[in-house]
Amino acid sequence: MAVKPLVETDFYRMQTRLALRNCGVIDPESIDEYIARDGYQALARALLDLQPADVIQIMKDSGLRGRGGGGFPAGLKWSFTAANAADQKYVVCNADEGDPGAFMDRSVLEGDPHAIVEAMAICGYATGATEGYVYVRAEYPIAVKRLEIAIAAAKELGLLGKNILGSGFDFELFIRLGAGAFVCGEETALMTSIEGNRGEPRPRPPYPAVKGLFAKPTTENNVETFANVPQIILHGAEPFAAMGTEKSKGSKVFALGGNITNTGLVEIPMGTTLREVIEVIGGGIPGGHKFKAVQTGGPSGGCIPAEHLDIAIDYDNLSAIGCMIGSGGMIVMDDSKCMVDIARFFLDFTVDESCGKCSPCRIGTKRMLEILDKIIAGEGTLADVDKLEELAYHIKENSLCGLGQTAPNPVLATLRFFRDEYIAHVTEHRCPAGVCKSMLTYKIDPDKCIGCTLCARACPVNAISGKVKEVHVIDPLKCIKCGACETACKKVHAVYKG
Amino acid sequence: MTREELTAARDAAVQTMTNTPQGKPITRVVVGLATCGIAAGATPVLAAFQEAIAAAGLDSVKALQTGCIGMCQFEPLAEITVPGQEKVTYVNMTPDKAREVVQKHLVGGSVIEEYTVGAVA
Repeated sequence: MAVKPLVETDFYRMQTRLALRNCGVIDPESIDEYIARDGYQALARALLDLQPADVIQIMKDSGLRGRGGGGFPAGLKWSFTAANAADQKYVVCNADEGDPGAFMDRSVLEGDPHAIVEAMAICGYATGATEGYVYVRAEYPIAVKRLEIAIAAAKELGLLGKNILGSGFDFELFIRLGAGAFVCGEETALMTSIEGNRGEPRPRPPYPAVKGLFAKPTTENNVETFANVPQIILHGAEPFAAMGTEKSKGSKVFALGGNITNTGLVEIPMGTTLREVIEVIGGGIPGGHKFKAVQTGGPSGGCIPAEHLDIAIDYDNLSAIGCMIGSGGMIVMDDSKCMVDIARFFLDFTVDESCGKCSPCRIGTKRMLEILDKIIAGEGTLADVDKLEELAYHIKENSLCGLGQTAPNPVLATLRFFRDEYIAHVTEHRCPAGVCKSMLTYKIDPDKCIGCTLCARACPVNAISGKVKEVHVIDPLKCIKCGACETACKKVHAVYKG
Repeated sequence: MTREELTAARDAAVQTMTNTPQGKPITRVVVGLATCGIAAGATPVLAAFQEAIAAAGLDSVKALQTGCIGMCQFEPLAEITVPGQEKVTYVNMTPDKAREVVQKHLVGGSVIEEYTVGAVA
C-alpha cells in the first residue's frame, strides 16, 4: 500500500523521540499501558540493583543537562543534594512552564505523566529524598488531572508510598498548583511558592542542594529533564550519551511556532542545525515571505538571524552567539516583523512579570521599556540606543535571579544582529518592516486609484476624501493608521504604506 | 508489588494491548487528546470512533485517547495500527470522517488516503 507513514513525512523523519517516547502512543490515564512500555522497570533497577551512588554515576555519564534552559548537568546537581546529610530532603519538578509559545512540558505531563512520577522516585532514591513536589501551572488543568490519576494509580500498585517494590525505600509525591506568575519558574521562587509564601526568589548561595524547600536539601529539575531519566537508568548512560554533540547529549524538545508552515512539537537530537529544523521539519516560511530570525529561549533568549542558521543546536553554540536553547520555545519570524517591536514585546512581558523584589529588574526593565517606547514612537536618538545597551548590561549583572539576569537578552540580541533597524528608527524615523505605526503613513497612489470609494467606506474615522471615479486622498491628521483602507483596496493596490 | 509482580503486570499489559481475551489481535485507534487536540475538537472525534466501532460490532478494535501526536496544524489527529500493517495517520479529523474511516478502513480494509498525513505533508 502506498500510504505515506507519519515517520516518512519531512516533519517527522529527522526527529528522535526519547522524552516524548510515549506521547501519542499510550493512553496517559492507564498505568497498565505505561507498564507495558517498560514503565517502572527503571525504578525497579535503581532500587533493587543499584546503589544511590551508582544511579548518580549513570546520570553523570549520560551527560543529561537541565532542559529547563539552564543546562546544568543533572547528575552533578543530584550529587550535590546526595552529599548533604539531612533528616529530610526533597525532589521538586518544575512544571511552571511560562515562556510565551512553549508547551513542551505540558505535552509530556499530558502524554506520559508516569515517566515523571517514576523519574522523581528514582531521583529521590539517588539523593536520599522521601518526598517530592510537582509544581505545575493551574492553567494546565488536563496535565494536573492526568498527573493526579498517575500518582493515585502508582500508589495503588505500591510504586509510590512505603517500601516500594520491597526495597525499603519510601517516596511520596504531591502536586502544588502555581497561579501563573512567570517568576515562579525560577527555582528559589518556585520553592518559596510551594512553602506557601509569595513567589519571590532569594539569593543563591545557599543553593537548593544545601538549603532548598523548607530549608532542606532539594533537587529541582524540569519536566523534560525528568522525562529522560527512566530510559537512561533502564538502558544505561551509553545510548543517551552517544546521541548529540560533545557537550550536549541526547535530544531536545522544541515547540515550533510562528511564521512557519509546520507548527508543532518537535524532538530532535542535539546537534541538528537550526536550518534543518526550520526548512525541513518546519517546512519553511509560508506566504512567499523570507526568513528573518528565529527566537529561542522566550523572554530570556535571543533572536538568531539567517547567517547563523547553520549552527548545530546545543547549549554552548547558542550561548556563544548570545542566545540560549531555553526551555524549548522556538518562534520563527519572517520579514514582516520589526525586531525593535519584537524586543519590546518580550521586554513588556518581563516588566509585567518582574516580581519587584530587586531594583535592577523592577526599575531597570521599566526604564528600558520606556526607551524602547520612545524609539518606537519615532522620538528616539542614537544616545537612547547607547543608553538602552548600557542599562541592559547593568540589569544583567545586578539582578537577583534568572528573570532579571536574562530579561535584557531579547534587546541585546536584536541590538547585536539587527542594529541597523534600531538606527533606522532613530536616525531616519523609519521602521524598515513597516510595523511601528507612529512612523508609517498610509498613502494612495494617484496613478493606481480608480475612485471606487471602497477605502473611504472602510475608513472608520472618515479620513479619506474623494468623489466616485476620482482619485482619493488620505488626511494624515485624521488617519489612525488602522490599515482598513489597505485591506479594502485589494483590487488595484493603490493604498500603500509610505 | 514486587519486581516479579511488576514484570508479570508488564507481560499481562502487553497481552491486553495486543490481543483480545479471545485471542484476536487488537487494532488500535488512538486520538490525540492533549490540550491542543481537545481545543481542536478531538473529544467528539474519539466518541464518534468509539460509537461507530461498537455499532459495527468490531470487538477487536480499541479506540483510546493518547497525548500530543505533534502536528498542531493538522489536529485533530488519529492513528490506526492494524496488526502487521504500517501505522496510518489521519489528519484534520471530524466525527463524520471518523465514522467514514471506521466503515472504509476498519470494516472495509481500505485506507482513505485523502485523509492521511501523506496527502497534506
